[in-house]
Amino acid sequence: MHGRPRKSSSDGGSQEKDMAKAAGLQSLQTQFFKNHHEKIYTKEALQLNAKLLEINPDIYTAWNYRKLAIKQLLESESESASIKQSLDEELRVERALKRNLTSYGAWHHRKWVINMGYSSLDHEFQLLDQLLKADSRNFNAWNYRRFVADMKKSRDEDELKFTTKKINENFSNYSAWHNRSAILSHMLKNKYGGISAKEQEMTEEYELVRQALFTDTEDQSGWFYHLWLLGQKIAPIGPKLEMSWPCNGSQLVIDFNEQSHAYVSDFDTPFGTDHCMFSEGIPLVLHFSEPVKGVNASTVSVNSLLLQSESLVWRPISPHGLQAKTWVTLLKLPSTNFRAGETYTVQIRVADTLGIILLNGYNFACPTALNFSLDIHTMTIRSTGGNFETVPLAWEGENFSPLAIDENKFPIELHLGNLSIDGSENQENTRWQQETLDREIKVCRELLEIEMDSKWAKLTLARLLIGQDMLSDGSILRSKRKHTDEVLQLFNDLIEIDPSHAEYYKDQFSLILLDKVSSGKQNLQEYFWDSKGTGSLSNGERNKWLRLHGLSLSRLGCLDQLLWVQRLDISHNRLRSIDGLEALQLLGCLNLSHNLLANFTALGPLRQIKTLRALNIADNKIGAHTVNSTRFSFPSALNNSSISNADTTRDADEEILEISWEITIAFKGLHLRQLDIAGNPANDEKCRRLLMKTLPSLKWLDGTSVN
Amino acid sequence: MSSYTRMGELEIEKHTQFIMSVEKKKDFDSMVMEHLRMSGAYWGLTTLDLMGKLDAVNREEVVSWVLQCQHDCGGFSGNVGHDPHILYTLSAIQILALLDKLDTIDADKISAYIVGLQQEDGSFAGDEWGEIDTRFSYCAVCCLSILHRLDKIDVGKAISYVASCKNFDGGFGCTPGGESHAGQIFCCVSAFAISGALTHVDRDLLGWWLCERQVKSGGLNGRPEKLADVCYSWWVLSSLTIIERVHWIDKEKLKTFILDCQDKEHGGISDRPDDAVDVFHTFFGIAGLSLLEYPGLKPIDPAYALPVHVVDRLFFGQPH
Repeated sequence: MHGRPRKSSSDGGSQEKDMAKAAGLQSLQTQFFKNHHEKIYTKEALQLNAKLLEINPDIYTAWNYRKLAIKQLLESESESASIKQSLDEELRVERALKRNLTSYGAWHHRKWVINMGYSSLDHEFQLLDQLLKADSRNFNAWNYRRFVADMKKSRDEDELKFTTKKINENFSNYSAWHNRSAILSHMLKNKYGGISAKEQEMTEEYELVRQALFTDTEDQSGWFYHLWLLGQKIAPIGPKLEMSWPCNGSQLVIDFNEQSHAYVSDFDTPFGTDHCMFSEGIPLVLHFSEPVKGVNASTVSVNSLLLQSESLVWRPISPHGLQAKTWVTLLKLPSTNFRAGETYTVQIRVADTLGIILLNGYNFACPTALNFSLDIHTMTIRSTGGNFETVPLAWEGENFSPLAIDENKFPIELHLGNLSIDGSENQENTRWQQETLDREIKVCRELLEIEMDSKWAKLTLARLLIGQDMLSDGSILRSKRKHTDEVLQLFNDLIEIDPSHAEYYKDQFSLILLDKVSSGKQNLQEYFWDSKGTGSLSNGERNKWLRLHGLSLSRLGCLDQLLWVQRLDISHNRLRSIDGLEALQLLGCLNLSHNLLANFTALGPLRQIKTLRALNIADNKIGAHTVNSTRFSFPSALNNSSISNADTTRDADEEILEISWEITIAFKGLHLRQLDIAGNPANDEKCRRLLMKTLPSLKWLDGTSVN
Repeated sequence: MSSYTRMGELEIEKHTQFIMSVEKKKDFDSMVMEHLRMSGAYWGLTTLDLMGKLDAVNREEVVSWVLQCQHDCGGFSGNVGHDPHILYTLSAIQILALLDKLDTIDADKISAYIVGLQQEDGSFAGDEWGEIDTRFSYCAVCCLSILHRLDKIDVGKAISYVASCKNFDGGFGCTPGGESHAGQIFCCVSAFAISGALTHVDRDLLGWWLCERQVKSGGLNGRPEKLADVCYSWWVLSSLTIIERVHWIDKEKLKTFILDCQDKEHGGISDRPDDAVDVFHTFFGIAGLSLLEYPGLKPIDPAYALPVHVVDRLFFGQPH
């Protein structure tokens, strides 16, 4: 019941009237169902049915009955003229029922009749003109218009004109803007006449929407459309390979110990000489800007004299299997074929052949080449590294001190070269985008002069400035962000102006801040720390950390810049989610303490990081909430994931424990040696027992040795 | 009247009485709802369970009535004597799941009915008359998942169809090209959630559109420039919860709005303050409060729209 005032029960007169109405409906209904069940389709029976539908058009069985009646009628008719007459009569009856505008059953009935192909489609368009005049936001009517336009094979241009008319009647007709976006997408996809025709089309769109924005700066309709319009061109040119580890042009040094375990030193990442032991092979990480599938030995070629002949197996780093932004393979080094003191290059070509597929089904179309080299040393191992055998790892304290970076060894920029962005059309495209951005930025600034606190103008300005920064640096080099501080200020303003959405703006703030932090050595350097090994390394070697703690981060981003990080401290922030962290495939130690993580399932990305050995999730909110918003984010029986049904269904003999499947989602298959979990409401005796069962490799739990 | 003078506690006892009285009513408004009595029963019973009051109901009576609504084809109708439809088939299955009585039905037969409604393009018809709508895709996926028979349909195609209904604003409509609507978004996002296909959702774009549904009163609307309505407390909140963006709205203001829509005298919740109450809005109000972690209410699962303890029993309970 919508929009009807609450009645007082003491009103006896109207109550009597109501009961009489109810009795009338009851009697109609009884007679109708008798006819329906006895398959009586006489004229009288149909009239009675129409009367019933007039009172209650939502009684779907009554519409079904009318269809049965028509079917029976058509069986006895063979002449198309008389069939048409009967169907036209049916359409008249349906339209005479005035309450039908919001009844799904009535609209479907009409479609069903029209679909038989006997009726005048022009007449339907005329009818729709009237209906959309009476209620210009009726989405059933708009749906019906699309249906008829499709049958009529109306031209996109004509349908677009109709939306222009509706928009000019009322700029806040969101339904019309919506329909416009659908038609325009279709037109742009099938565009003849190339890029300049598209540009002209788009420029006209901007003019139309600008009129709407200047008419009412707080009307959502125009702004949502504007946002969409910008997305049509702002997005960097197609998805691409954003980053790799080892990164392009880098030089790794490999040492082997007695067990033929490789120790890798990567002098081209900020932590230079950090030794990293890989017992199964050297990981090779590719990070794409969008989830892709089909990364395999035929779509990615890896060439090196070092490699064994068998083809590489690429693993998607995603809980959902086939599609992932991050892909990893292990380069297994043969212990015999190489010579100490030699340098071997590894050349990688991504997407030279088709087969890497985007989420929307298109081919990934940005072939990329990269290479790095491996210097082979032997038996120069100084540490046994990271076994946590005697004392647990310390997460903070006096052992930590800011790290001085050797300027000479620090890489100039972490980036991929050789990105083959094809040809002049894209340059043209970029020029047009640049002009569009400049113009729209100007528009927003003008609007803000008229209305200083317009939330939409500020938000859009912030998005435009981000877009401009990304465009001017081609999103490859990140050191040229010009507008970061202004954007951060805009989000701060928005938190004040529109406090209901404060958390949204804080999340955006957080992303921009991380972009700033990770955009080059000057910025990132502030966050380098090292700690004296406290037991974790036997010979007192220093551990290098990236510490992004205490920054009020609520959201993670720009992780592609941090693929090389092995020890990360993002404690004392406001993180509810660690989505995307799975990209850090070298991560060994992670401090997430003092955040807002509310469930074990929120830790789902960790399960993809096989290198993780020490984890601190102390002082979060795990178990503090009854609602779990990450319930469906990772594979479990709840979302019919065949890959882990067996994992998450409770053992028959296991005691009932609500969190058991959640713990499985986060930790099953990990080889954690140390876990700190104190200060979470969920951390009780049962929980600890379950953790130990799920993590048999665990050596330290909250600083206590586990036996 | 300012809102803070009106806001009060959730009237659990009054709402329980209201729900228990609904099925006995014979007034005009109740008659108009007769064709969807199955959904009415699901709304009422689920609300009672969220409030911890399900014991007030005679379970055997309910189950026997539900079974009377099943047809030879396997589908259920909205009431005895009405035609079968996928909407009421889902409500019937949800009721039986809630009452832990799924063993009273032939799951294979019901699955066969649903399988028969899937179309070549992956979409689902509501019944034999062929209306197509993403609401029915949700019904199919949810029902089959509860029956542990999702593998009986072409899930890939079902998901592609729902994904093809994605719009410029990140939302979803009834059919491809249909305007985004919060109710429809719930259906599509939940269908993705249940089939492990949430990658099809642009969480930031959709999340921003959804959180912009909150209007000054604190209530939520279902489309831009429309009035707030308690039912969107469910459609919007559940979608935001599934995509992990629920913190983007002002929860306290929404809580106040829902509580203001209570009929504090006779029980029940309405679409807006001082409007007539019904069991539909009573459910959506209380389900919304459950997602807002209102004290004393059991948590509800945002995708299956059943209490979490029921869903956990279905999926993590005894081996099936």
